Amino acid sequence: MAEIAEVEQKQKGGKKKFKKVPAHVDMTPMVDLMCILITFFMLTTVFTKPKIMEIVLPEKIKKNENVEPPKIAKSRTMNIILGPDNKVFWYPGIADDPKNPPPLQETDFSPEGIRQVLLERNRALFKKVSAFNDDVVTGKIDIPRDSVQSAIRQLKRDDDTGPIVLIKAYEKAKYGNFVDVIDEMSICDIARYTFVDLTWLEEEMIKRALGEQPVTSTGTN
Amino acid sequence: MTPMVDLFSVLLIFFVLTATVRPQEAAPIDMPFSVSEKTVPDANIMTVLIAKDNRILFNIDNGPDTILKYRPKILEEMGKRYNIEFTPQELRKFEKINTSFGVPIQRMKEFLQAEDLQARTKIETGIPIDSADNQLAVWILCTRQINPNVQACIKGDADVNFPIVREVLDILQDKNVNRFNLITSLRAVEIKEEDIKTE
Repeated sequence: MAEIAEVEQKQKGGKKKFKKVPAHVDMTPMVDLMCILITFFMLTTVFTKPKIMEIVLPEKIKKNENVEPPKIAKSRTMNIILGPDNKVFWYPGIADDPKNPPPLQETDFSPEGIRQVLLERNRALFKKVSAFNDDVVTGKIDIPRDSVQSAIRQLKRDDDTGPIVLIKAYEKAKYGNFVDVIDEMSICDIARYTFVDLTWLEEEMIKRALGEQPVTSTGTN
Repeated sequence: MTPMVDLFSVLLIFFVLTATVRPQEAAPIDMPFSVSEKTVPDANIMTVLIAKDNRILFNIDNGPDTILKYRPKILEEMGKRYNIEFTPQELRKFEKINTSFGVPIQRMKEFLQAEDLQARTKIETGIPIDSADNQLAVWILCTRQINPNVQACIKGDADVNFPIVREVLDILQDKNVNRFNLITSLRAVEIKEEDIKTE
């Protein structure tokens, strides 16, 4: 466009002919370079930052301290034991009688596996939380966005019917499964869960379950 | 031509500005997936990395402000505890490298003298965590001493065996760190009430 204007000027004022040489810069190499640079930056830019998942473990009870571990209701307790090969075992209650250990149920990390078990037990709280979320989305409850999380946390704190999940890991478990199971806790809105060590009786139970059970169908539900 | 050049310029400036330099890690780590949407904080974190071959690596940041220079300060503190004196050049190099490191403190000088990533990777045998020489614990101690607001992050490979993770958690808990952030990649999962099956 600049060129055209200059050409017109040249025709009007003939005297300045030698001064007004149309500046014609060849842009092609610059455009080429820009193309390359844009492609480079597009391919190297990572828009997704890695995410973090918070987990709080109970404070360790040191040996010389006279502190009793907190007592929890047996009826609400649910134990999840991570096994090898993406297997996961669970049983309700507490394993305290070596002669009569509670039955271990085997399941897996598919949506029909451990998630169903957890959802079934945590139905009341899960419904409350998802109803609350729906109300926030549809505008029935009008609260600022940043207090949604704390409101949900309050809902979880008030809950007194959902399971108390104790997560334990057998020595051959993988770290990925540990993350998976904590992930399931947040998917299912479990209010209370923690990670504890395996007791010897549970270890026995796991070994028996792994030794006896051939690889057959999973998903006990 | 001109509109195209204009557009390209805008795009180019956008990408240059949004690009963040991600330091190359010495050990490739496949992170597990989770539904968490919280992103990793930019500063005030110490990361314990657990590689596939059970090596332990450690990473700390320079703090939210460049004047703070947490990295050289922490290294200096580490040096004092192990009777190794680091020169200002070495401290500056350590500040600049800004990636995770997995060398025993005794070989840290060698690590800092290495020219590039490949030379560094060769001597990265992992930070010792056994009870006889628990250097990871000392690193955590020094980091918390220099930067009390530090948060602990654990970046583990999904395939790593659990006992080693347990050991790392134990070391952190011994130092009274009970709140961890597990670094994961995002995977969206959505479930509704109808999904709950009834027996």
